[in-house]
Amino acid sequence: MRKPSRAALLLALIPFAAMCFSVPLWDRIDPMLLGLPFNLFWLIAWIGLSSGCMWLAYRLERAQLRRAGQPQ
Amino acid sequence: MSPAALCLTTILAIVAVGTTVGFLAGVRRRMDLEQWTVGGRGFGVALVFLLMAGEVYTTFAFLGASGWAYSRGGPTLYVLAYLTLAYVVSFFILPQIWEVGRRHGMQTQSDFFLARYRNPWLAGFVCIVGIVCFVPYLQLQITGVGLIVSIASYDSIGRGPAMAVAVALLVAFVCASGVRAVAWVSIVKDVLMVFAALAIGIGVPLIHFGGIGAMFRALAQAHPAHLTMPGATSNLGHAWFISTVLLTSLGFYMWPHAFAASFTARSADTLRRNAVVMPLYTLTLAFIFFAGFAAVLVVPGLSNGDLALLTVVRKSFPPWFLGAVGGAGALTAMVPASIFILTAATLFAKNLYRPLFAPAMSDAQVARLARAMAVVLGLASLTCALLASTTLVSLLLTGYAGVTQFFPGVVLGLYWPRVSGRAVFTGMIAGVGSAVLLMTTHHDPLLGLSAGFLALCLNFLIVVVLSLLTPAVSRDAARHGTLAWAAGT
Repeated sequence: MRKPSRAALLLALIPFAAMCFSVPLWDRIDPMLLGLPFNLFWLIAWIGLSSGCMWLAYRLERAQLRRAGQPQ
Repeated sequence: MSPAALCLTTILAIVAVGTTVGFLAGVRRRMDLEQWTVGGRGFGVALVFLLMAGEVYTTFAFLGASGWAYSRGGPTLYVLAYLTLAYVVSFFILPQIWEVGRRHGMQTQSDFFLARYRNPWLAGFVCIVGIVCFVPYLQLQITGVGLIVSIASYDSIGRGPAMAVAVALLVAFVCASGVRAVAWVSIVKDVLMVFAALAIGIGVPLIHFGGIGAMFRALAQAHPAHLTMPGATSNLGHAWFISTVLLTSLGFYMWPHAFAASFTARSADTLRRNAVVMPLYTLTLAFIFFAGFAAVLVVPGLSNGDLALLTVVRKSFPPWFLGAVGGAGALTAMVPASIFILTAATLFAKNLYRPLFAPAMSDAQVARLARAMAVVLGLASLTCALLASTTLVSLLLTGYAGVTQFFPGVVLGLYWPRVSGRAVFTGMIAGVGSAVLLMTTHHDPLLGLSAGFLALCLNFLIVVVLSLLTPAVSRDAARHGTLAWAAGT
């Protein structure tokens, strides 16, 4: 099985760091942003940002698959 | 028409429309085992998205998540994190699973373990654990339908009869239609659910507080501790959050149905693109949380938090709207429940009964047995739902503690040639055993960490150590065997 590229794995670690491991840093109510407690705001923002990270990972993997000549 | 009658009629109409769409989707196709279970492996991005969204956003998301926002507060935020991260994980395993799946003609998760490790006992064990873990998940859906109908009928219909009707409908639907029907009903369900979530999430705070910001300010003032962890609980703090998010995001695609859904895709690329777009769907859940949090102030003192969403809707909106939300909720329970029944029945017939008791069975006979099994499973879950009472979230977490124990065998099986079947089997038994032990003796969470996560760590450790202890000669053979397995030679 072809292993995923290191860059794609690093991109995937970003959402894990932001939404999971760093919870003591962002689990608070203030400052309230857009009317939301900070922890809720942070998670909602990272739903979108995670999708962005995975889009970049997708572009990387696809370019690699093309180079390797594998069918899509 | 009385409010209850109006409300129930709306629910019934929605369920009828949804079911009809499903029946029509399957009607012109011959239903052999391959078509019934993996839709002929021809689904594009859109249908895979619908199928996966259809099975992911269950009554758990609808009533359970808002119920925990109401009764537990802060810890419920784990749901937003774990769903998003589950798709991140899926990017690295589903396309690979799809590739080996196509090469070996896999239809179920158990097929994967059999092809990779060539150990029928391991494959059988995976099968049994998978089926057992479905029972609490199914029970969750059936309980959800019961709650919806009893609230929508303004408490005139009991939960028991409502649940019985729901199970009968489910089993009939599954036996007649198969996986393609489920993907199509998901369209009706998803549109309704997004609409309902937005309307409730914005509407409830607006009606009672004048806006979402005002609602959160009022809640932060009245119950300052409710919005952060551990919220209204004593032991669900940050360590619990991290361990639970890891457990559930790694375990998400270890559910036999989610695993098997990847086989329906047309290509591996479909699954990669799916991993990019799926997180955005999680945004819907944020709105359901708004309603759950608003309910803390609007309808305080409910004995069962899972009633919070519907109770606050009933208090804020006219009966037809409660009916529409109830209909969306009912489909949200029935679509995933049909997938669970379909998957568990196929697992039982194809991977357990046929290899052990009747090797000569044809695919057509397996398909018939699977349908019979669907009835048995429906009845088993109904019995559990009638007897037990626990929160919807706890039910789901119980299932996760079990299915996540497949993760080491799957991910190491894909990427580590050296991992041995015996190691995976030993680790899995230790993982499932310790999870059951910790949960039945009420040691969840233990030392602040989720019990399922601790079991997963033990499992991983055993698999890695035992595989490293495997002698070098057979290791080369294993490497050769794995390469052959992955390359299809």
